[in-house]
Amino acid sequence: MAETTLATAPSASPAAVPQQGTWLAALTGRLVIIIPYAWLLILFLVPFLIVFKISLSQTAIAMPPYSPTFDLSAGITGLWESFREFSFDNYLWLTDDPLYVNAYVSSVVIAAISTFFALLIGFPIAYGMARAPATVRPLLLMLVILPFWTSFLIRVYAWIGILKPEGLLNQFLIWTGIIDQPLIILNTHTAIFIGIVYSYLPFMVLPLYSALEKMDYSLIEAAQDLGCPPISAFWKITFPLAMPGIVAGCLLVFIPATGEFVIPDLLGGSQTLMIGKTLWNEFFSNRDWPVSSAVAVILLLMLVVPMMFFQQAQAKAQEQGR
Amino acid sequence: MKSLGSIRRSFSPWTDPAAKPYIVFENVTKKFGDFTAVNNLSLAIYEREFFALLGASGCGKSTLLRMLAGFDEPTSGRILLDGQDLRGIPPYRRPVNMMFQSYALFPHMSVEQNIAFGLKQEGMPKADIDKRVADMLKLVKLEQFAKRKPHQLSGGQRQRVALARSVAKRPKVLLLDEPLGALDKKLREETQFELMDLQQNLGLTFVVVTHDQEEAMTMADRIAILDKGQVMQVATPAEVYEAPVSRFVANFVGNVNMLEGTVAERSEKTATITGASGAQIRVENAGDATAGSTVAFAIRPEKIKVSSRKPDGAANVMEGEIYDLAYLGDMTVYHVRLVDGQVVKASALNSSRITEDPLSWNDKAWISFAPDAGVVLTR
Ligand SMILES: Nc1ncnc2c1ncn2[C@@H]1O[C@H](COP(=O)(O)OP(=O)(O)OP(=O)(O)O)[C@@H](O)[C@H]1O
Ligand SMILES: [Mg+2]
Repeated sequence: MAETTLATAPSASPAAVPQQGTWLAALTGRLVIIIPYAWLLILFLVPFLIVFKISLSQTAIAMPPYSPTFDLSAGITGLWESFREFSFDNYLWLTDDPLYVNAYVSSVVIAAISTFFALLIGFPIAYGMARAPATVRPLLLMLVILPFWTSFLIRVYAWIGILKPEGLLNQFLIWTGIIDQPLIILNTHTAIFIGIVYSYLPFMVLPLYSALEKMDYSLIEAAQDLGCPPISAFWKITFPLAMPGIVAGCLLVFIPATGEFVIPDLLGGSQTLMIGKTLWNEFFSNRDWPVSSAVAVILLLMLVVPMMFFQQAQAKAQEQGR
Repeated sequence: MKSLGSIRRSFSPWTDPAAKPYIVFENVTKKFGDFTAVNNLSLAIYEREFFALLGASGCGKSTLLRMLAGFDEPTSGRILLDGQDLRGIPPYRRPVNMMFQSYALFPHMSVEQNIAFGLKQEGMPKADIDKRVADMLKLVKLEQFAKRKPHQLSGGQRQRVALARSVAKRPKVLLLDEPLGALDKKLREETQFELMDLQQNLGLTFVVVTHDQEEAMTMADRIAILDKGQVMQVATPAEVYEAPVSRFVANFVGNVNMLEGTVAERSEKTATITGASGAQIRVENAGDATAGSTVAFAIRPEKIKVSSRKPDGAANVMEGEIYDLAYLGDMTVYHVRLVDGQVVKASALNSSRITEDPLSWNDKAWISFAPDAGVVLTR
């Protein structure tokens, strides 16, 4: 990637411009690559290393509440002493206690189910938007983004008012006569699914929309012309072509949903087990920074490693296509 | 050209009153909002015919094909295929395949998979599909590109894939929307003859859209000239060229000189037309022109003879001077300015290497033509 950009940058500048233009272009080319890497380094890798370091430490009644802490004044030997105190005990502890394993599993399951429903609901929305007349598309896009203008917390609180036994939904259903006893939705998994699907739907719709909008509708006509009924044409043409959008949308929903803390806390009640909530408890209630850091590191690995494999598989598939 | 000539000459079902047309457009109108793309159009196309729709951009050619393929329904009127009204029949049930103007190749499928798509829909056995795909690849000379994706092909190669994909199913009717637009001149000419061969060998009915009149003349049995969603004339290439029915058609197909005037005298067969400057033109085949009406005498450049001396015995002779001339190798085109100021184009084949009677700029010249060299147009 770096090489191609550097190689093309000089040739992009007109031949008439002397040497100076070429190295300037090369420099800008390099800068353009450095910026995202610097961003990743400062805002992702460094914080991750700090968290990882804490996860190898022990709890201590101190400020900050763990030891060892690096003390640069102690010199090299002091640092070495600190390193020797590091251990993977916290990780062993996580595997020992079924609470954590269960929390991880249940988070992944809840996130997966929510992602599935978000896709199910998001796809028709995105499809409708992409097929709408070009003049109304900006308005529809605006409507999808509009909820972001209100605080996320307030919107989740609003769902309590809708879902609770004497809430809007139950009142409405009883009024229409569909049910005579209020449904218990709040403080169940259903409420969590509703909350996650609602909150993350835009993240599903936007990448789907951009994939579907690029698609040439005459492809569907061509498929039909060759004897393919509309439903079959959807699976053979639209779906594979929307795949990049589907993957992006699912990752954008699944990843934050796995670590979601606010929604299970507000809508899921006390008995739901999700890793985000567990992390919060370890950190703020138990003040066990090392264990909660270990929880965070494992969560990260759980999400990053499959994603890397996935990306590699995609790159390979593309390579073969060439 | 091969054996095509002889088969073609004997093929003219439209002159046979007993022959039943295969595709019929009956007073078809198509409106987009309040814009009329196709206006009360009627057409009959016969089985195994190579039919060309010729017209300027935006005149409704693609719209006609799309209605036949089933992507658009006519606002009013009927389209019949083999006697069956097509209204309400979805595209995937029509025995019609289309080659799209934009190709519409499936970007996620290889060339092979694109061509096999329609065959798989039919449920053709795998071995037969493989064989048919191989045949098609050979036909369009893309054997070594079978595994490529469309985005790895050139424009002309993509066009050939689109062609192969639409022919693969051997549909009863093949609709081709500008099938050769992206090809260079040489490949284009080759492919024209390949298309004609294909149509002959498979016995298919082809409806091809083009705005290249030469292409239409080369390939088609009959040509429909369209303008603003209406048919101007349907006829064989020779008829369209030699006997256009209106000023529009005459102008649209090939080069033409229009000598405007009024009919001074009319007998059963002949007529005399008085031009603006008072010059008289004697013509035969005056058609339906009545005495006193305003008409145009349309005559092709190659039917006009240019000479430096006043020719004897010619029916129509006019005086002028050479205004411009272009030597094109095989022929020379003269622009002669007549005494009344009108410029007439005339072309002469350079059948000998050295002309005995060379004409140059501003030379005095006479043009002459026979009474039946052109046609009288009232429209
Ligand atoms: N879906 C549509 N909505 C509105 N107008 C349309 C639509 N499709 C076609 N038209 C209009 O109908 C007219 C005929 O279009 P059509 O595509 O049939 O032209 P064409 O003869 O195929 O032209 P070209 O040679 O440029 O392909 C054009 O003026 C076009 O703008
Ligand atoms: Mg068109």
